[in-house]
This record gives sequence, structure tokens and C-alpha cells, in this order.
Amino acid sequence: MTCLPDKTDRQLGLVIDLDTCVGCHACVVSCKGWNTEHYGAPLSDQDPYGADPSGTFLNRVHSYELRPEDAPAQLVHFPKSCLHCVDAPCVTVCPTGASYKRTEDGIVLVNESDCIGCGLCAWACPYGARELDLAAGVMKKCTLCVDRIYNDNLPPQDRTPACVRTCPAGARHFGDLSDPASEVSQLVAERGGFELMPEQGTAPANRYLPPRPKDRWQDDASVLAPFLEPVAQEPKGFLGWLDRTLEKL
Amino acid sequence: MYPAPSIIAFTTLSGLGFGLLFWLGVDGTPPTGWVALVFFALGLGLAGAGLLASAAHLGRPERALKAFTQWRSSWLSREAWAAAAAMTLMGVYGAALVLWQVDLRLLGWLGALACGGAVFTTAMIYTQLRTVPRWHHWSTPALFLLLALTGGALLSGRVSVAIPLLMLSGLVQGLVWWDGDRRFARSGTTMATATGLTGGDIRAFEPPHTGDNYLLREMVYVVGRKHAAKLRVIAITLMSALPTALLLLPFGHVWAALAVLSHIAGVATARWLFFAQAEHVVGLYYGKR
Amino acid sequence: MSQPDLPLSPPVSDEVRQTTCYMCACRCGINVHLRGGTVSYIEGNRHHPVNKGVLCAKGSAGIMQHTAPSRLRAPLRRVGPRGSGEFEEISWDEALETAVSWLKPLRESAPEKLAFFTGRDQSQSFTSFWAQGFGTPNYAAHGGFCSVNMAAAGIYTMGGAFWEFGAPDWDNTKLFMLFGVAEDHDSNPIKMGLGQLKARGAKVIGVNPIRTGYNAVADEWVGITPGTDGLFILSLVHCLLSAGRIDLDYLARYTNAPVLVNGQAGAADFGLFLRDADGKPQVIDRHTGKLAAWDAPGILPDLRGELVQDGVTHRSVMHQIAQTYLTDAYTPEAVAERCGIPAARIRAIAALLAKTAFEDAIEIDQPWTDFRGERHATMTGRPVAFHAMRGISAHANGFQTCRALHLLQILLGAVETPGGMRFKPPYPKPADAHPKPHAKAAPDQPLDGPHLGYPQGPDDLALDADGQPLRIDKAFSWENPLSVHGLMHMVISNAHAGDPYKIDTLMLYMANMAWNSSMNTRAVMEMLTDTDADGAYKIPRIIYSDAYSSEMVTYADLILPDTTYLERHDCISLLDRPISEPHAAADAIRWPVVAPDRDVRGFQSVLVDLANRLGLPGFVEGGVPLYADYAEYITRHQRKPGIGPLAGWRGSGEDTGRGAPNAQQLDRYIANGGFATFPIPPEAQFYKPWNRAYQDYAVGMGFYDAPQPYLFQLYAEPLQRFRLAGQGHGPHQPPEHLRAQVAERFDPLPLWYDTEHDTGQADEYPVHALTQRPMAMYHSWGSQNAWLRQIHGQNPLYVPTRLMRAHGLQDGDWAHVTSAHGRITVPVVEMAALNDNTVWTWNAIGKRKGAWALSEDAPEATKGFLLNNLIHELLPPKGDGLRWSNSDPITGQAAWFDLRVRLEKAPPQTQSQPATPAQSSPVPPAPKARP
Ligand SMILES: Nc1nc2c(c(=O)[nH]1)N[C@H]1C(S)=C(S)[C@@H](COP(=O)(O)OP(=O)(O)OC[C@H]3O[C@@H](n4cnc5c(=O)[nH]c(N)nc54)[C@H](O)[C@@H]3O)O[C@H]1N2
Ligand SMILES: Nc1nc2c(c(=O)[nH]1)N[C@H]1C(S)=C(S)[C@@H](COP(=O)(O)OP(=O)(O)OC[C@H]3O[C@@H](n4cnc5c(=O)[nH]c(N)nc54)[C@H](O)[C@@H]3O)O[C@H]1N2
Ligand code: SF4
Ligand code: SF4
Ligand code: SF4
Ligand code: SF4
Ligand code: SF4
Ligand SMILES: [Mo]
Repeated sequence: MTCLPDKTDRQLGLVIDLDTCVGCHACVVSCKGWNTEHYGAPLSDQDPYGADPSGTFLNRVHSYELRPEDAPAQLVHFPKSCLHCVDAPCVTVCPTGASYKRTEDGIVLVNESDCIGCGLCAWACPYGARELDLAAGVMKKCTLCVDRIYNDNLPPQDRTPACVRTCPAGARHFGDLSDPASEVSQLVAERGGFELMPEQGTAPANRYLPPRPKDRWQDDASVLAPFLEPVAQEPKGFLGWLDRTLEKL
Repeated sequence: MYPAPSIIAFTTLSGLGFGLLFWLGVDGTPPTGWVALVFFALGLGLAGAGLLASAAHLGRPERALKAFTQWRSSWLSREAWAAAAAMTLMGVYGAALVLWQVDLRLLGWLGALACGGAVFTTAMIYTQLRTVPRWHHWSTPALFLLLALTGGALLSGRVSVAIPLLMLSGLVQGLVWWDGDRRFARSGTTMATATGLTGGDIRAFEPPHTGDNYLLREMVYVVGRKHAAKLRVIAITLMSALPTALLLLPFGHVWAALAVLSHIAGVATARWLFFAQAEHVVGLYYGKR
Repeated sequence: MSQPDLPLSPPVSDEVRQTTCYMCACRCGINVHLRGGTVSYIEGNRHHPVNKGVLCAKGSAGIMQHTAPSRLRAPLRRVGPRGSGEFEEISWDEALETAVSWLKPLRESAPEKLAFFTGRDQSQSFTSFWAQGFGTPNYAAHGGFCSVNMAAAGIYTMGGAFWEFGAPDWDNTKLFMLFGVAEDHDSNPIKMGLGQLKARGAKVIGVNPIRTGYNAVADEWVGITPGTDGLFILSLVHCLLSAGRIDLDYLARYTNAPVLVNGQAGAADFGLFLRDADGKPQVIDRHTGKLAAWDAPGILPDLRGELVQDGVTHRSVMHQIAQTYLTDAYTPEAVAERCGIPAARIRAIAALLAKTAFEDAIEIDQPWTDFRGERHATMTGRPVAFHAMRGISAHANGFQTCRALHLLQILLGAVETPGGMRFKPPYPKPADAHPKPHAKAAPDQPLDGPHLGYPQGPDDLALDADGQPLRIDKAFSWENPLSVHGLMHMVISNAHAGDPYKIDTLMLYMANMAWNSSMNTRAVMEMLTDTDADGAYKIPRIIYSDAYSSEMVTYADLILPDTTYLERHDCISLLDRPISEPHAAADAIRWPVVAPDRDVRGFQSVLVDLANRLGLPGFVEGGVPLYADYAEYITRHQRKPGIGPLAGWRGSGEDTGRGAPNAQQLDRYIANGGFATFPIPPEAQFYKPWNRAYQDYAVGMGFYDAPQPYLFQLYAEPLQRFRLAGQGHGPHQPPEHLRAQVAERFDPLPLWYDTEHDTGQADEYPVHALTQRPMAMYHSWGSQNAWLRQIHGQNPLYVPTRLMRAHGLQDGDWAHVTSAHGRITVPVVEMAALNDNTVWTWNAIGKRKGAWALSEDAPEATKGFLLNNLIHELLPPKGDGLRWSNSDPITGQAAWFDLRVRLEKAPPQTQSQPATPAQSSPVPPAPKARP
């Protein structure tokens, strides 16, 4: 059913730390691997060994150059998957009811057996979080690893999304964003986590933590200067200082 | 957006078909018998062909009927209902005219309304998308409806109605282009809001994949600016100017037929541009628009 | 409203088998999920010491590597001309007999005519043992072109280096400085460590001309001019010395700063240590003011030590350090321009180092006892950690630059102290505890000792009586005396030239020498097919083991196809390059979690089979083979009594480190997840080279037989011995043309020299050109991976904004890139976060058409390219009639990153240049769909 629930019991999602992400694509491939074997149709690839290889991925890592006026350019790695929006436009446009938002936890899913592969939900998503699988003819998207997070066949500490479990830098956090006491909500509060494209009115659940300020050495230079107060300017003086200091040791 | 031939065919042909059926439905003195058969077959055929073409666009066409289920929220589902209703109503209305020469007036009016509804809901599929600022505007259904009316008038031989409609739709199309070119900027969605990055100019560096993917193929179609300008001239000429001129020539079936063909070609070209020039905000993530 | 009833607990897989990843050399633990007997999913092993559950992109894509259509299927014998790629499949028996028929006569007459070099494998203790048994001196792995500068400088200076030898103390450090690292072998641990620092809010400084990856998340980016790190570091040293911000106590106790050095210029022992009758370096004890051996119990060595003996003044190393680095040549102002770093910034960094090391010092409540018997109540931490890799080591001044970095670390007291850099067992191990090189071959005899080692002076070089190199790669010759990893990049060109002698058979293992691991790729391909006047190949026979259809496969006469990493036994051994972490020694295995579906065999087992057929000592005793295959070798081989490839579950399963072989050992490893860890006791966690508790632990583990504490060698005496030889002292002296080089570069204290002076190309080729490893690709072998190649299917040349403007370039344009050696034509993309005078690309994405079972129009082959075509193993002629090597004069490390180029805009292209003609594929074309 494509109407959005008025309210969900919880709102699970990811918090991604742009200050920490090194752009390694580990989350991308682990997601590909998990979702090729699990939820719904496998993620297919077209022309995998040919001139134009392309396939379905549920998570992709972009990178951006930020050019401040008065400091060197910076590079930001930017992973992006479904943001499990509260006001998910991808859900309401769906003609079949295949797209829906779970009332228990706010996860936005595609029920593949109902999907006709019209592609409209992908058009409605501002974030490029949905990809139509060309082999299966159905819409694929991040499931927030709904088949992991409650899975009794996995050890408790593994009941977390594949991308989160694998992220070597620990840049991905998973939790309940509707609970202000949750670890993810606290991170968002502490670090000024933000939403992508707020003006699109989607109210995404996932948040991004901004890169910390960089290249601030000039601000610290004078504070630090005393630590370099010279004891000697040339070898002789240094050896004299050494003499004096060793005496005191 | 990728100008998929199936969707261009769908919107162009179904618009034309429903336009024709609309005029048949509101006609105080509708044709009957063989003439009716020809008109209704044409109208229903065009609308039907359009819908079939749209089904071809589906990943799982065999499940197309599921699209009827979500009329409460989905414009695509409403479109399915509206199109089905319009075709059913007009089918019954037409059958009565063809078989029994009976004008079920009320049915005609209802059918016409449904045809308008079908075109409107089709347009709303695009209009609702905030992600495509060029489409996300009241002028989208207005233009779709106007073009359907124009094409229908033309097809049904209503020259006196067609000529002003042709001129009006040409004018509106021009305005929509002019304004449409400014809507992305007006939408307020930028690379900065897309990424949330602040403190400097943002530029897409490495994309997530060196080849293309569904998103790029489907939503990041790039048309050269010069190419687009040329196509706009061609579209407006074929869609409005040429048919108007042809209709102003001393009456002749040949000219009228040519006017119809020219209009269809023009609308198809405009539709191609409608899609090809529609920038989806996801392009921002790739540093493209 | 109803929503679908989801099965929230679907079965995950039928079975999980735990082994070790080998999508790269990091060697993380993996859980391989099997469904219906085939691999279905790979994830990290949470209990593994290396990755603790995480996995990188390559690791997760292992399944695509394991099923790649490029996998070789059966042994192949060349039938067409070499290089034609025409092969026939043969049986293993035939293949092995062919190899034996080539090798046996060599062993019986002249074992050195076999050259056996290995690439990315991790069984060097085994392969070298094989080569030693065969009797050839011509064995080494790829370290010579990889990062031998780092390894050698680290071992000579402090008995360990970065990467496998040591790691930052991620738990405690407060300031982390990273030099020239894009990825490194410690892929996952570095990412985990950075994540840890970020979570703690510790500061990260990235020193790198390119700001991607780790350097992108660094809080401060120092976009240094390539090749100048040594100068920058020595300027930091200057600042710290002049501010007295050095750890005097640490220097006095644990380094050779107080050791007395002969100051009699011109004497044969000038610059050598004052030693006692036992040969022990002498210091002055501050308690008594008298001479004492460095390790005498109870002494406190005096940093100011000075002594006149027999008319010769001996001064402490500390004197020399002060004299050397306090000169104006190293002031920030003097180096700023050359390094491309403002002087104020150099000072700010030095001040931050000083503040963090000394003001923010940490104290761990852990008593310990040092080697002189002194008990310390706590462990003092200097929470500044450094890490570095090829960005500083792949330059011709890399050895000394790495030494300079170690000098800086040690002056701050930040090695083996909490918060600094920590060694991973079996390191620390000083240079003089390593073997020396052995290279004497004799018919039918094993080699006289291990091939590779650490020369302590000219006496240890691998030269014959005439001073000619004994090894085909000329390792341990005067051209590069400390080439402790050999020089794999010189093997093909030397063998082709018959210099220093001709060989018969070249055997290569897991090294794509006809492509991305060679400099001068095109010429190497020609050398491999070149013939004598009589039509015979200049390199008569080539045996190669690869698992995939690589570029190198085309040039082999006999191909011994290997399995994938999920199909064989492997041993990641403490005798070799283990997976230890600073807090625990560790080793691991691979085992066949699935059986091969092709006629392929693990190459180590093939080597065992060959050894048995050849009757090699160490493998065959009294005519009876000792091991049927590698698995048996792993459990039964003993290097020394009680010490074998694996340290866990020895004896009856109770012994660790030392113990009799245990037939159940592999099962125990498998049951434990494929690895074993041997925790270091808390008292032994830091100060390892000087910590009695650690020394005892190391003896117990079998790393050495008796405690062997040592001092960090700020002043490297072995270098001085070479320098003295260069200056005309001693029985072994360099040939005339190398005399000056040896005398200048073998400075026993770290120095910096400008490699540009060596090439003299700065004007004509003003731009630095570099490569970086992509995190989601491993050298050449990732491109056959259906998932990874979607991420990196081609590689543009990244050009800084300044040069884009200067050359009128825009993204997607093409440029000619010319070096003194050649020209390539490639697509360009702008990058702002890049040193203004540097261009770069991802390493090894470019592929030869027809290789890797990719279609010939694959983007890797049409747009992708290698920078290797611009790099020559020799420098351009300097007009002295000689061709100098493009490598570090001390270690022979290939100077990949000294490359200088010129850019010009090129017209649009559809194919990058040079376009090597397609090779014909020994495997069928890939199917249209993924396996
Ligand atoms: N321009 C430039 N060139 C460089 C460098 C650089 O920085 N810049 N770096 C250099 C360095 S440090 C290195 S280490 C080299 C690395 O270069 P190489 O040592 O050539 O490494 P790879 O390309 O990974 O491939 C080695 C071969 O191993 C094969 N292989 C993979 N798995 C297996 C297996 O399980 N068994 C067997 N038998 N074979 C297998 C692959 O198919 C491939 O042919 O490149 C060097 N080249
Ligand atoms: N994913 C992945 N991991 C790998 C490999 C791989 O192919 N893929 N290869 C493995 C191998 S064999 C090796 S040797 C290691 C190498 O690991 P790294 O040492 O990280 O190797 P490179 O990618 O060559 O990175 C060299 C870095 O040094 C920088 N650099 C170059 N010149 C200078 C300089 O003069 N000064 C400074 N400060 N920086 C400089 C470059 O910009 C680059 O960032 O990685 C290993 N790990
Ligand atoms: S795995 Fe983590 S560090 Fe790597 S790209 Fe994904 S979020 Fe970034
Ligand atoms: S990110 Fe896109 S797909 Fe996901 S819920 Fe939001 S709109 Fe839907
Ligand atoms: S593609 Fe599938 S999920 Fe998306 S809108 Fe169409 S039917 Fe719904
Ligand atoms: S939560 Fe699961 S499905 Fe979503 S991006 Fe992560 S791994 Fe993929
Ligand atoms: S770093 Fe990645 S590829 Fe390398 S061993 Fe670990 S998981 Fe495997
Ligand atoms: Mo390497």
C-alpha cells in the first residue's frame, strides 16, 4: 500500500560520518554481496566483462571537491544509499503498492512480487537511491538489511546492516533516529548531523555528519610558538644546553 | 530524463487519442455508423496503442494489472483507472453510435470527462515529481490537456476550433520552455543542498563508478544546448505553425492530413524534449544537470 | 493497512568456513559462507586480529575473483612463438616432467642458471628455502621494487619498520602524521585506526602531494613537493633540537646517541664506534664518568660523552647529530621553498609535535624492567605516531628519507612507547641479528645460506673474487649494496643482456612482470621475446605460475596454473611475513574451503612435488620425500628443532612457539578460525627491544634463542663502513665510477639529497607524475572482478587546476604526457586538492587487450593506461658514458616516484596510447553473464 503510515513505531536509519569516510567502497561491495544472495532478486550485472559493465548497486560512494576561498581544496567521500525518508515520495507514487514504508521501523522496502518495474519510484526519489534491476525487471533499493537486523540465524552482534558491519573506518552508524536517546541521535546532536536536500520535503531518516574544519594551523600557530622557544641556535649552544639539562636530570 | 521512445509514444498517442475521444464525447451531433466506427476506432486505437507502449516500458509487463490498486495515492494508478474508464465509457458510447445510431449523451459527457481525466492524470505523473523541477508545475497538465484538445480537434476535423488551439498551444509551449528553463534554479536544490557541504565551491570529483548505471541512463540524459534549441524550433514549427498554415490553405483533405501528421511529429518532438531536457536533481550528485 | 509479511530470519547460508583473505596482502580473516557447496557470501571474521570483522571492498568481492572467467584451467605448454599466446593444455605429469627436464641439468651443472623470483605471494620463507635447496643464488621476492627502502631503513635504524613490522599505537596516540600513504598493506588496520582517532578527536596530519583517501580525512594536509620529505623532516628535527624538545632520557638509554665515535678524519676507522675487546660499542657512564659497554648493567650512558684515547677524540653520536642538524641548511626558511611548505607551517608542525610529545605525555601504570636490570615504575608515552610508505620510499633518496623519519620519531622518544609506534612480533629484530646475504652456488649443492640478509659492511657483499656480482639482479653489489630484498625489477633486463652472466630458466611466481610490475613495460615485453643471432631466445626458458590470464602468461613457455585463494593451503608464518599485531604475535593459514573445479594445483604444492622429483635437500632425505604436499610441509617442516612454519598447537597441541610437529595442527587452526594469536604479557607490551619480559617472551616463541636487546641506531655504522670503502679504505672498495656515489650517499646520519640533480630534468620535464593504489583494486588483478571493475574501469590522469588552465585543458580532454623515456596519450580530469606541480593516476588499471578474459574493447584497454611506459629502470644518459640506475643508490629500490613529465594538449582520442596489440587469450572468452 502506497499510503505512508501516519507514524512509525521506530525510525531506523544510518548516520554517515563524512569526517571519517575514506572512500574505500567497502560498504558498496559488501552490500552488493549480501543483497545478491539475500533479500529478493539477486543484484545483476550487465556486460560484466565487456566494454560497458554496469550493474545494480544499492549503495554508492561519490566524492566531491570542496574549494574554500582561503584554504586548500578538500576532498569529501560521500556514500549514499536509501535514506528511508519519513515522507518518502517513492512510496506514494508507486501504482502497485510494491513500495511501502514499514510501520514498525520506518524501513522503506519494495515488495518485489508486486513490482511492475515502472521506474516511477526511482524518478520520485531525489537521491538516486533506487535502481531498476535489468535482469529481474524489478526495483531494487537498500533494505536497511531488514533480513539481517532481526535475523535469529545471525549472532546478535551481526544483526546490523552489512555495510555498517564491514565499514573499516567505522564511518557508518545504524540505529533508531526517532529515539533521541539512541547512539545515532546523540551523534547527530553532537556533531550537527544534517539531512540531504531538506527542501525536497522528504524528511530523510539517514543523517550525515559534516567534515570537521580542516587546515586550521594558522589559528594555532601563535598558541604553539612557545613550544619551540629556542634553547640554542647552533651546535655549540645546544651542547651547552645539553650539559646544563643533563646536570639537572 | 531519458527520452524513452515507449514513453514518448505513450504520451503522444494517448493524448491524441483521448483528445479525439473527448471531442467525440462532447459533440452535440456525433457521427454514427461507419463514420463513427472510423473515428472511435481511431481514438480508442491511439489511446490503446499509447497504453500498450507504456506497458512496454515496464520491467514486468505481465503484472501490469497490479497498477490499478493504488488509486488513493498514486497518480500512475489513477491514470490507469482514468484511461480504463475513458476507454470503457467511450467504447460503450461509440458502440451505441456505431451499432444502433444512438447518442447516449450523458455517457458522451462522462466519457469526455474521463478522457480529460486520463490526460490530466498522465500529466500529473510527471507534475507531481518535485525531483524534476521542470515538470513540477501547474503548466504541465495545462499543456498536456491543451495539446490533447488541439490534436483531438485536428483529428476530428474541427478546423475552426483547431486553428486557435494550435496557435494557443504553440504559445503556451513557448512559455513553458521559457519558464521551464528557470525552474531548476528556482527549485532551490543545488549541489550544496544535495551534499550538505558548505564552506566553498563544490565540484563532483570521482563518480562512484567509471561506467554508466541505471541512474545515469534513466535520469541524467544530457542534450546539447544548441541541439535542443534547434529541436525546439522544429517542434513548434511542426506542432503549431505548419499545421495552422496548412489549415489556412483552401480546404483540402490532403492538407488536413498533412497538418495532422505534422502536428503529431511536432508533439512527439516536443515530448522528446519534455523528457530529454528534464533535469532530475539526482544529476547533481554526479555534477551534472 | 496490511503490509507484506516478511521473513525476518531467513537462513543465511548452509555453512561458514573461516580462512584468510587474499584479495591483497593485508590478510584479513574471512567467513566464507557456502550455499549448495558454492561460495555465496564473504564477510570479515570478528575474532581475527587483523580486521576484527571488517572487510574492504576487495575482500567482499572475493567471490567474483574466485569465479572469474579469467582463471587458468590446466597446465599449458607454449606451441607458437613466445608472446603469441598460443598454448596447448597438458597434463600435470607432463608439465612437471618438462620442468624437471629443464631444471635438473641446471642443478647438476650450474644452479645459478635458474632465476626464481616471486611477486605478491606470501610464502617467501618456503620459496626461498626451496631455492636454497636448489642451490641458486638468484632468488628474491618483489620487495626491491616495492618498498625495500622502508624496510631496510627501518631495520638498520631500529630493528623494525612500518607496515608488517610496526604500527601506530592507535589506542593511545594523540597526533598521527602520515607520510606518503595511499593505502598500504595494512589496509584495514589503517582505516580502523583512523576511525578510532576520529572517534576520539585525535589530530591527523597527512603529508602527501595528493589529497585523497586517508589524506582527505586528515585534519591538516601538507601538499608537499614530491621527493622532498627528507628535507622537511630534517627541518622538523632542526626545530625540535634547537628548542631542546627531545627525549633525553630515552635517547641516552635506548639509542646509540651516547655511543662514542672515532673522530680522526682520514683514518681507516674514522666514524666507527669505539669498541671494547668484546667488540661492544662504548659509552661513558654518567655515574662513574668512565667508559662502559653500552649494555653494562646499571650504567646511565652520557649523551655528551667525549673522550680522547690514544690521541684520537671520540665524541658521542649526539654531538654529531647536533652538529649536523642545527646548521642553517635545515631551518624552515631554508627548506620552505624546495618543499613547497611555508616556513611558518613547518614551525607550527614542529611545535605541535613538541607539545603533544612532551606536554601531553601519557603515563601508563605498568612497571617493567629494562635490559640493564633497572626497574621502571611506569611507562611514559609520547603520543605522537607516524606512519609512512611508498611516498617516501619509492624515491632514489628514499632510504635516507625513511632514516630521517625514524630519527625524528626516536628523538621524540616515540618508538615502542605508549602512543607512538609499536613493533609487531617477531619484530623488533636488529639488522645484525638477521642473516647476511649468501650467494655462492655450486653444482648439486644447496646454497651456502639464506639468499637475502643485512650486510654490515663491504665484506658482506655478494661479489666474486673479481668484484663481479654473484647475483643476476646484482643485489648486494656496489651499485646498491644494501639491496636487502633483491632487485626483481632488474632480473629481466639483466638476464636479457647476459649481464653479469647468462641464465637458462626464469621461473616467476605471481608477478605480472610483462605489465604493471615492470618499469619500461614495452621494452620488457620485447626482451622476453628477443632472440640471439641463432634464433634462440635470449632468456631461453620461462616457467610461470599464475592463477589468471594475466599479461605475463603470454610470455611463458610452461604455465603451472595456481588455484584461487579459497582452494589451497597457505601459511602466513612467523618465519615470514606474519599477521602479528603490536600486542600479540599471530599467524594464520588458508585451506581449501572449496575444491577447485579445474585442473589446477596450489603452486606451493607443485614446488614440493618438483623438489621431490629433483631430490632437493630439505625436501628429500635418503631418497625419500619428506612431504607429499604443502599442507604436510606446513605441519612437519622444522626450520630449527621445534620451530616450524606455524607456532600454534605444536607438540601434542599444548605447545606454543616451540614444540614438536603436530599432525593435527591444521585442524586446530581451522577450528580456531584459521589463525592463532599469542598475546604479549602486559609488562612486555612496550619498550620491546629493551624490555626483559618481552625478550623472554620472544625467546619462548622461538624468535631468537637468547635475549638480544639492542640500541636504536641513529648513527648507522654499516653505512660508515661503506663510506670508508668509498673513500679508499679497506680490502673491498667500489669501482671507480661508483666511488663518489658511495662516499656521498652512505652517510651514517640521515641526509637529504635532491634526486633532481641526478636526473637533471627539472627544466624539460617540470611536472611530477605519481601513481596511487585505489582502495578498491589490487594491482592488476582486480580488473577481472565483475564488481570492482565497475568502480575503477578506467583511470584518467588527474591534473591540478593550475596546469589544466595553463594547457587549456578541460575534463575529458586528452593530453600527451612525455618523460625523458617515452610518451603516452591519456584522458585528463581536473583536481584542485593536489600539489600544483603534480599529476597522478590510479595504479595498474590499464590493461592489455585480450588479457584477463575481458573483451578487447574493455575500457581498461581502450582508455586505461599505465604510467610504467614513462618510467625506465635506467636514468637518461648524463653524458658520462654510463647508464645510471633509476633507483636508490643504497638499496636499489626502484624510484617510481622520481618520474618527471611534460604535458601537452592532444586532440580527442578513442584509444589511449601506446596501444599494445592484443594478446591472444589462453582462456575462453568470458560469458555474457556473470557466473
Ligand atoms: N607505475 C607504478 N608501477 C608499479 C607500482 C607503482 O606504484 N607505480 N608499484 C609497484 C609495486 S610496489 C608492486 S608490489 C608491483 C605489483 O605488481 P605485481 O607484482 O605484478 O602484482 P599484481 O598485478 O597484483 O599481479 C601479480 C600476478 O599474480 C597473479 N595472481 C593473482 N592471484 C594469484 C594466485 O593466487 N596464484 C598465482 N600463482 N598467481 C596469482 C595475478 O594474476 C598477476 O598476474 O607493482 C609495481 N609497479
Ligand atoms: N587496495 C590496494 N591496496 C594495496 C595495494 C593495491 O594495489 N591495492 N598494493 C599493496 C602494495 S604491493 C604496496 S607496496 C602498498 C603500497 O602502499 P602505499 O605506500 O600507500 O602506495 P601508493 O599507492 O603507491 O601510495 C604512495 C603515496 O605516496 C604519495 N607520494 C608520492 N610521492 C610522494 C612524496 O614524495 N612525498 C610524500 N609525502 N608522498 C608522496 C602518493 O601520492 C601516494 O599517496 O599497498 C599495498 N596495498
Ligand atoms: S566502507 Fe566506510 S569508509 Fe569505506 S566508503 Fe563506505 S562509509 Fe566510507
Ligand atoms: S531515499 Fe529515495 S528511495 Fe529512499 S525513501 Fe527516500 S525517496 Fe524513497
Ligand atoms: S518500479 Fe515497482 S516499486 Fe517502483 S513504482 Fe513501479 S511498481 Fe512501484
Ligand atoms: S543497509 Fe544493507 S541494503 Fe542498505 S546500503 Fe547497507 S548493506 Fe546495502
Ligand atoms: S584488506 Fe581487503 S583484500 Fe586485503 S586481505 Fe583484508 S579484506 Fe582482503
Ligand atoms: Mo608493493
